[in-house]
Amino acid sequence: MTALTHVLPYLVAVWVFLAGCYGLATSRDLIHAVGCLSVCQAATYVLLLAVGYRDGGTAPVFSDVTPGSRPVVDPVVQALALTDVVVGATVTALLLALVVQVAKRHGTVDPDELSELRG
Amino acid sequence: MHHLLPLLVAVPLLGAALLAATGRHLPRTVADGAACAVSAGSAALALLLLAHSSPPLTEWAGGWEPVAGHSVGILLTGDGPGLGMAALVCVLTLAALAYSRRSLDEPPHGHAGAFPALVLVFQAGMCGFAIAGDLFNAFVWFELMSVVAYALTGHRVEEARAVQGALAFAVVNSLGAYALLMGIALLYARTGELALARIGDALDAHGPPDALVLAGFVLVLTGLLVKAAAVPFQFWLPDAHAVAPTPVCMLLSGVMVELGVFGVWRVYDTVFSGPGGLPAADAERVLTVLGAATAVTGAVMCWHQRHIKRLLAYSTIAHTGLFLIGLGTLTPEGDDGVALYVVGHAGVKAALFACAGILLDRYGSVDEHVLHGRARPLRGVAVMVVAGALGLAGLPPFGTALGKSFAEEAAGGPFTVLYVLTSAVTAAAVLRVAARVFLGLGPTPREAGGEGAEDAYETTGSGEEPESGRRMARVPDTMTAVPALLLAGALAAGAVPGFGTAVARAVSGATTAGLVHTSVHWTPLGVGLGLLSSLLAVALAAVAVARPGRLAVPGRALPLRRLQSGHIGDYVAWLLVGTTVLGVLALPAVLSG
Repeated sequence: MTALTHVLPYLVAVWVFLAGCYGLATSRDLIHAVGCLSVCQAATYVLLLAVGYRDGGTAPVFSDVTPGSRPVVDPVVQALALTDVVVGATVTALLLALVVQVAKRHGTVDPDELSELRG
Repeated sequence: MHHLLPLLVAVPLLGAALLAATGRHLPRTVADGAACAVSAGSAALALLLLAHSSPPLTEWAGGWEPVAGHSVGILLTGDGPGLGMAALVCVLTLAALAYSRRSLDEPPHGHAGAFPALVLVFQAGMCGFAIAGDLFNAFVWFELMSVVAYALTGHRVEEARAVQGALAFAVVNSLGAYALLMGIALLYARTGELALARIGDALDAHGPPDALVLAGFVLVLTGLLVKAAAVPFQFWLPDAHAVAPTPVCMLLSGVMVELGVFGVWRVYDTVFSGPGGLPAADAERVLTVLGAATAVTGAVMCWHQRHIKRLLAYSTIAHTGLFLIGLGTLTPEGDDGVALYVVGHAGVKAALFACAGILLDRYGSVDEHVLHGRARPLRGVAVMVVAGALGLAGLPPFGTALGKSFAEEAAGGPFTVLYVLTSAVTAAAVLRVAARVFLGLGPTPREAGGEGAEDAYETTGSGEEPESGRRMARVPDTMTAVPALLLAGALAAGAVPGFGTAVARAVSGATTAGLVHTSVHWTPLGVGLGLLSSLLAVALAAVAVARPGRLAVPGRALPLRRLQSGHIGDYVAWLLVGTTVLGVLALPAVLSG
């Protein structure tokens, strides 16, 4: 049981990443595709937080916890996840802006109908 | 001296912030001039630091130094290759800014600062990636340069193709970046370290590689190879390069793609080259197999293009393949050769894109067939395109030739043949364009848009709008001076005695702590192979122009061309295939261990 609970977050991360990729590969709508890309990114949050988890650990805030008195989860990966969220917000905003322009210029958001660049 | 390292990133970022804040009140001349001054200043700084980069400079940003061997700080590493790439980035940014001054349309009133500010952020992102000493910050800079590159690619939002290309670029590169981040998380899970050298040490202390190390390697390499546009991660590159504004193309093809190759070298060399990483045989297999596939695909696709910017984009892919093969030798000679090749290639390729931009602004098209014989008056540009093509082929004394000769000798055997053929084919494609467009040689192609299956599956270059807003009556001097200077630089990289050896010394300072010195100089074999591929290129181009049907048989490359479908879903599927292929190629490392 404990082995399963230790491995489970990693399996979830892989599953979420592949689910996002599947959505991207089969997407019929660019807004949906941008959403799928965010799903892929969510997998990185799960993985980062899983890496930093400690059994019985609490939040690494030392205002009410004496350092060394009890285990805390790894604050480094939390900082990484936070940075990752900022990156994700930027990417998503820019992608949605591009989708708006695609809709204006091509009159469609279906990737199957965008055929100007090929060969 | 090492305290100056962060300035390499901070100066362009500050310049960009100031331009963005005050840009609406500035006339365009002032905004462009300020941006040029900032990038020139950072170029001088990068060159100064490069001169003092032995032994390598390190700086813990904000004074967060390691405590008891553990570090959480941001590490900047200023060694020869990193600072060399940063210097290349700064110089090319300066060239692109100077070129954009006349090549781009007058921005809307009050937005004079937007484009130069974006270019400066792009410069900061690339410089940051080049000098990043820890993996997570490499990821952050990777993302910064990517996001700015998407915005710059789609800068002309009123163009249908530009936004489509930028979107494909953004989706594929972001997905690659997330794969990179997952790989970083796995390596951190194993080692508890983020600084590159310390991850390597911790992996070595842990013992032979296992599945986790393999997964980390594959995921990190996926992200970097997407940026380097290796097969099968390359699909975004032609779509993005064909539609981006010309000054942006110069940066994308000249250094951004090469930074992906640099990242592969950096990560393998510092993290995975020890006993706890990937055995040399497996790394060699991964890099040379992907490199060879990339070189062949790029060369074949390059030959079949009629959209000139797209043709140049494919030639970048082909040359990236050659870089990867050179790195795949894992020898100091291979590294030195590739470093010099990258420098020469940056100058040549940026100059060729600048010439394509002149055609676009002057004639409103970048289509080889439509432009047939129309650019006869542009004699100077014709000379530069031919010189650039010969630079791609590796005609001595171009820097590309010296670098290529070293890399191909290090690779040896069948790879030498591949080097000669790939550079000859990409150069021949450019020479063919020059002969048709500038000299009007060969039969006039029938107008675009036949109804055959072949014609339906290609991107013509005739639907493009001049970037200057209207067709220019004459070409401004800055637009011809920039490619001329870039070509002169590429020529000097090979012709100036001692430059090659200086590059080799900068590389060896980082790899072998300066213990192994290779002296890079012309060898009879290298000169002979360079001349051979140049002759081959001229011959191929001559046949292609005289007998257009003979070498471009309709339909022969169609299966390959159909893969480049312009469909984001297909590109994502190929990315997953590529990750799997990487895993399979590297798998023996774990099985034998």
